[in-house]
Amino acid sequence: MAVPTGTLHLAAAIDGDGQYQAPYYVELARLAEDGVLDFITLDDSFGPPGPGRGRLDALAVLARVAPATGRIGLVPTVTTTHTEPFHLSSSVATLDWVSRGRAGWRIEVSTTEAEARLVGRRPAAPTGELWAEAGEVADVVARLWDSWEDDAEIRDTATGRFIDRDKLHYVDFEGAHFTVRGPAIVPRPPQGHPVVAVAATDPVTWPTVARHADVAYIRATSPGEAGRIRDELRRRALAYGREPGALTVLAAVSVDLADGEGAPGNSPATGGAPQDPLTDTPGGPPLYRGGPVELAELITGWHTADAVDGFHITPVAPRHDLERFVNGTVALLQHRGLFRTFYPGATLRDHLGLSRPANRYALEREAVR
Amino acid sequence: MTSRPRQIHLAAHFPGVNNTTVWTVPTTTPGRGASRAPALGSQIDFSSFEHLARTAERGLFDFFFLAEGLRLREHNGRIHDLDVVGRPESITVLNALAAVTERLGLAATVNATFNEPYELARRFASLDHLSGGRAAWNVVTSSDAFTGENFRRGGFLDRADRYTRAAEFLATARELWDSWTPDGTPRPFAHSGDHFTIGGEFGVPRSPQGHPVVIQAGDSDEGREFAASTADIIFTRHGALEAGRAFYADVKRRLARYGRAPEELKIMPGVTLVLGDTPAEARERAAEIRRQQVSPQTAILTLEQIWGVDLSGYDPDGPLPDIDPDPGSQLAQGRVRHGDPLAVAAKWRALSEEKGLSIRQTVIEATGRQSFVGTPEAVAAEMAEFVAADAADGFILVPHLTPGGLDDFVDRVVPLLQERGVFRTAYTGPTLRDHLGLRRPGEGS
Repeated sequence: MAVPTGTLHLAAAIDGDGQYQAPYYVELARLAEDGVLDFITLDDSFGPPGPGRGRLDALAVLARVAPATGRIGLVPTVTTTHTEPFHLSSSVATLDWVSRGRAGWRIEVSTTEAEARLVGRRPAAPTGELWAEAGEVADVVARLWDSWEDDAEIRDTATGRFIDRDKLHYVDFEGAHFTVRGPAIVPRPPQGHPVVAVAATDPVTWPTVARHADVAYIRATSPGEAGRIRDELRRRALAYGREPGALTVLAAVSVDLADGEGAPGNSPATGGAPQDPLTDTPGGPPLYRGGPVELAELITGWHTADAVDGFHITPVAPRHDLERFVNGTVALLQHRGLFRTFYPGATLRDHLGLSRPANRYALEREAVR
Repeated sequence: MTSRPRQIHLAAHFPGVNNTTVWTVPTTTPGRGASRAPALGSQIDFSSFEHLARTAERGLFDFFFLAEGLRLREHNGRIHDLDVVGRPESITVLNALAAVTERLGLAATVNATFNEPYELARRFASLDHLSGGRAAWNVVTSSDAFTGENFRRGGFLDRADRYTRAAEFLATARELWDSWTPDGTPRPFAHSGDHFTIGGEFGVPRSPQGHPVVIQAGDSDEGREFAASTADIIFTRHGALEAGRAFYADVKRRLARYGRAPEELKIMPGVTLVLGDTPAEARERAAEIRRQQVSPQTAILTLEQIWGVDLSGYDPDGPLPDIDPDPGSQLAQGRVRHGDPLAVAAKWRALSEEKGLSIRQTVIEATGRQSFVGTPEAVAAEMAEFVAADAADGFILVPHLTPGGLDDFVDRVVPLLQERGVFRTAYTGPTLRDHLGLRRPGEGS
């Protein structure tokens, strides 16, 4: 077997339809942490997920999960269309503070007229326009995180000064959609910048991915297709002056391990040939249906082919499928030496192999000195 | 058989970003006091919030309270640098605290001017679910364009519009919280008013408390009326007995107009306290805290906030300036103003002349915020008397140290309040409404 060049990264969604109490989410988060996964995700939308259905604020849920876990990254979906960039920056920074450096956020936009009516301030807008705005939000949010230098707090009794105000900065952001003065209320979070994720399944998101994302989930049903998309995203990121390794590309896969140890594709509902374990599903990630061992084979194959940096899995029945994924698939990958068996680092950036970013305002201040 | 004495409600305020919060090491250190002084902890690390919240829960407090800031304060065009500054976002911290506490109420201050009802109603309903019915919202408003510069909606409201927006905001949030049936079916909502015209389906089922507890912190006539019409708790500044009694009577009288009973609105002044083994030790410690709160630099800056001009050339240990304040000055930004500068200056001059006080001594004397100073026995007696005399239903305690500022109170005063029969010895229910004796909306009283 060829030795893969990069570290394998694994993340799991812990969504639960109709789950409104904390223990459900804590249990799944701890399970994922037992599997030493890089991070868990929780989806969100500005409005209800569907008619007659509800969901809790995802960032709130993961803040509740934070003290009940120790190492795993926490990545809620956060929407940018009807929310205030300043508040958003504060909330994600705070998730990073309460988790001691384990926060990320997945950028999402709100495209529907129904969601626009919940706020009543602007009509629904084209998706491309909303993603352009989301890019501006990601930009200003990162600036607000940098608006406090790490050593701004001095507590100098002799001069009576708590902070060195030369190390706090106005961001004075003026975009096409909004302006923000700054500085932030929340000091620079432990990771400097919490991790930015984007579901890059629609090319309309790619400019935002290329500029701002640390992690992108892509939709592909073969390693060849995945590799092509990753190359394209990395090429675009390079064009913005970013390093190729700065973007972690994960294949998004829905996982149904209900058939136990059976061979992949043996379920009548799958419709796919046995050698084609991923079924393309419109609107969502491809579906894997089969056993945990075969899923480990699939992950090993894609990883060995160096097609992606890892996988973001969405368990179809979270309690059951995540348990089988961790105790079956992950255990096997660990046994083969393809996946970590403990967390060597403390922060989500550590898990992803991302360095703590320099503060742009500190660099500017040093430059003019 | 005597009737049960009036029960006290208690809340813990996380130390704020103003000079009430001491961050310097004491300059004078009376032996025992210093050795018992809790370490000066971080204002931002989660461990500080966890410490204070766990302390409050150990003391069986009703709730834990977080203030809010949306723009860093400025002085003379620059960011104010003398006080503790920087804090996490409140609702997110409270969701995390729900993991390390079981019964304690969790109150966040959130501005109704720079938020929208749907989003905020969703966030508070989520907190109420995740904490098992312990959420509270302190509704505040803002009218300054200075803060608005951080928000896409920008701008600001006339003073008069602040409460109409807040009232409509809260009424709208309650329409959303009521939109799901108790058995878990969402019903469409539609709201059309001066400030909000929205409709659709609310995305969160009815939460354990029905509506999170609502706190109101305004002191003006409109603020009192708003509280009387719709709040569950009013957070006041009236920490002195006579002023407290007048305020209490005024606010409770207003309730009848809205068909509400006096016990449906709890009046809780924000208070500070200083404990000592003897009255003299408590007084000495209180004076030391005041000196820490008002450094020489803070004394000059406090004066500048009133005078509205640069006074950096003045000696903090010298006399007050003989020039008059500039009432139209914009020197201080992002700070709540109290009173007319000319009148305050005249009062301070009179105080300084009468007692022969320097600038710093005058500021220490005139801006005192220490409500209860004494032995644990004396403080417990005074608090009980305050409530028995209809000056308050309880207190929001504002410690001057992060995060250990209530350790002594919980260890030494709470047991005495319990002995007096004026404070609970166990939580009787799981929700904040249970602690406060407030019924769930939609249920009979």
